[in-house]
Amino acid sequence: MSEAILEIRHLQKSFGKNNVLKDIDFTIYPGDITSIIGASGSGKSTLLRCINVLERPSGGEILHNGLNILDKANNVTAYRAKVGMVFQSFNLFDNMSVLDNCTIGVTKVLKKDKNYAHELALRYLTQVGMEPYINARPKQLSGGQKQRVAIARALCMQPEVLLFDEPTSALDPEMVGEVLDVIRTLAQEGMTMIIVTHEMAFARDVSTRTIFMDKGVIAEEGSPQQIFTNPQNPRTKEFLSRFMNN
Amino acid sequence: MTSVLPESFIGKVLYLADHYGSAYLAGAKLTLLIALVGTAFGCLIGFVCGIVQTIPVSKNDSAPKRFFVKLAKLVLNVYVEFFRGTPMMVQAMLFYYGFIQYTSYRPTTTLAGIVVVSINTGAYMAETMRGGIFSVDKGQTEGAKAIGMTHFQTMLYVILPQAIRNIMPQIGNNLIINIKDTSVLSVISVCELMYHGKAVAGTYYTTFESFTIVSLIYLTLTFVCSRLLRLMEKHIDGADSYDLATTDTLAHTSGMVKYPNEPKDGDPA
Repeated sequence: MSEAILEIRHLQKSFGKNNVLKDIDFTIYPGDITSIIGASGSGKSTLLRCINVLERPSGGEILHNGLNILDKANNVTAYRAKVGMVFQSFNLFDNMSVLDNCTIGVTKVLKKDKNYAHELALRYLTQVGMEPYINARPKQLSGGQKQRVAIARALCMQPEVLLFDEPTSALDPEMVGEVLDVIRTLAQEGMTMIIVTHEMAFARDVSTRTIFMDKGVIAEEGSPQQIFTNPQNPRTKEFLSRFMNN
Repeated sequence: MTSVLPESFIGKVLYLADHYGSAYLAGAKLTLLIALVGTAFGCLIGFVCGIVQTIPVSKNDSAPKRFFVKLAKLVLNVYVEFFRGTPMMVQAMLFYYGFIQYTSYRPTTTLAGIVVVSINTGAYMAETMRGGIFSVDKGQTEGAKAIGMTHFQTMLYVILPQAIRNIMPQIGNNLIINIKDTSVLSVISVCELMYHGKAVAGTYYTTFESFTIVSLIYLTLTFVCSRLLRLMEKHIDGADSYDLATTDTLAHTSGMVKYPNEPKDGDPA
C-alpha cells in the first residue's frame, strides 16, 4: 500500500465540558474517497474542521506525510494550502470576481505568476462548467453555481486531499445534482477526498470507504456496500433505516 | 459697485458676498483642506488601530507576542477613550498651547488644526473599523484560511476591502462632521471659514447676514462631499450585471453541468 497522506491519531475536541470528538482514528491513502455520515451533532463537521485546523483539536495527532501538524513548530498555513476545503456555505470572497476567487490563492499563497494562475483557473472553471462566469461576482450567482466555483477555487490550489463539509446542504434541491456531478467527476479522476454528507445514495455510490459517526466516535466503518447493505452496529442500522425509508 | 451698506437683508448679504467673497473663499478652502486631510489621516490611524484591535491571540502564540499585542491594545484603548471623551475644541487648546508654553517648537495653526482633526477622527474611526472588521462574515476568514492564507493576507485581500466598503457611510459621516467641526479651530486662530465669518460680521455688525453666507458655504461643501462619496460607494460595488465570457447564448445557464462527451443533437447515433 502506498504512503498515507493523513493519519488521524486519537483526535479529540471539546468545547468547554462538551466532548464533541472522542479518540478518532483513521488513515487516508492517496485515491481514498471517504464519506462520513451520521446524525446532526455527531461531530462530522467538527472532525473535518479539525483536520484542516480551522478548529484546533484538544488532543491527539494529525500526521501529514509523517509530520504532526499540531506541533507548534509546524506551519499550519502551509499545510492548509495542501488540504482543500469546500464549505457548506461556499465562503467565496464577496469582494472578488469568480476568476479572482480562483487565482488569488495561486498567486498570493503559492506565489505562482499571474498567467499560470489564470490558465489554471480557466481549466478548473471549465471543468465545473463555470468558465462563462469569470467576470461575475459571487452575489450574482445561484447557490449551485457558487459551490461549483468554490470547488474550482479549491482545485486551483492542487491539493493533496479535498475536504467537503456538507457541500449540498445549503442548496435548493434542484441544484444538488449539478454539484454532486462535479464531485463524481473528481472521484473518477482519482482525487483524494473526505466528504461529509447527508446524501446517502451519493455517499454509497461515490466513496471507497464509509465512516459512520455517532456521539463523537467512529461507530462503524467499512466499504460502502458493507455499511449501507449490511450494517453491524445497531445505531448505524437505526440511522440508515430513517434515511432509506424516506 | 456701491460702497454704502444697503438697508435690506438681501442687499446686505449681496454686499458682503461682493466685498468679502475672497475672504469667505479662502476660509472655505482652508476648511476643506483641514477636513479632507484630517479625515484621510484619521482614517489611516483608525484602520491601523482597528486592525491591531482585532489581531487574534490564542494560547498557542508565544508569550512575548501575546504580551505585545495586549500592550498595544491597552495603549490604543486609552487613546480612543481620551480622544472620544474630550471635546475637539479642548484638544486643540491643549495641543497648540502645550507646544507653545512648554517647547520651543511653534506649529503653524493650520498644521495644529490638521493634527488635532486627524487624531480626533482616528479615535472614532478605530472603533468604526473594529466594527467593520467584525461585520464581515466569519466564513470569509475561513475561506481564506482554508486556501492557506496567513492572517495578514486574509486581512489585506479579503477582510479589509469588505470592511472598508461596509464603513464607507461612516467615513462619509466623519468627513461631513469634520467639515463642520473645523469651526472650533477658530479658538487657536486657524483662519478657516468660521474665523472669516466672525471677522466680517464684526466689521459691519452684520452677524446674521455674514453667517447666512457662512452656512450656505458649509451646506454646499457637505452636500457635494456626501454626493461624491455615494458615487465612490457605487464604484466600489461594481457593475450590477456581468458579461458572460462566451459567444454561445444558450451555453451554461444556471443548473447546467457541462459533460465532456455528451452527445449533441445531430450527432450520428
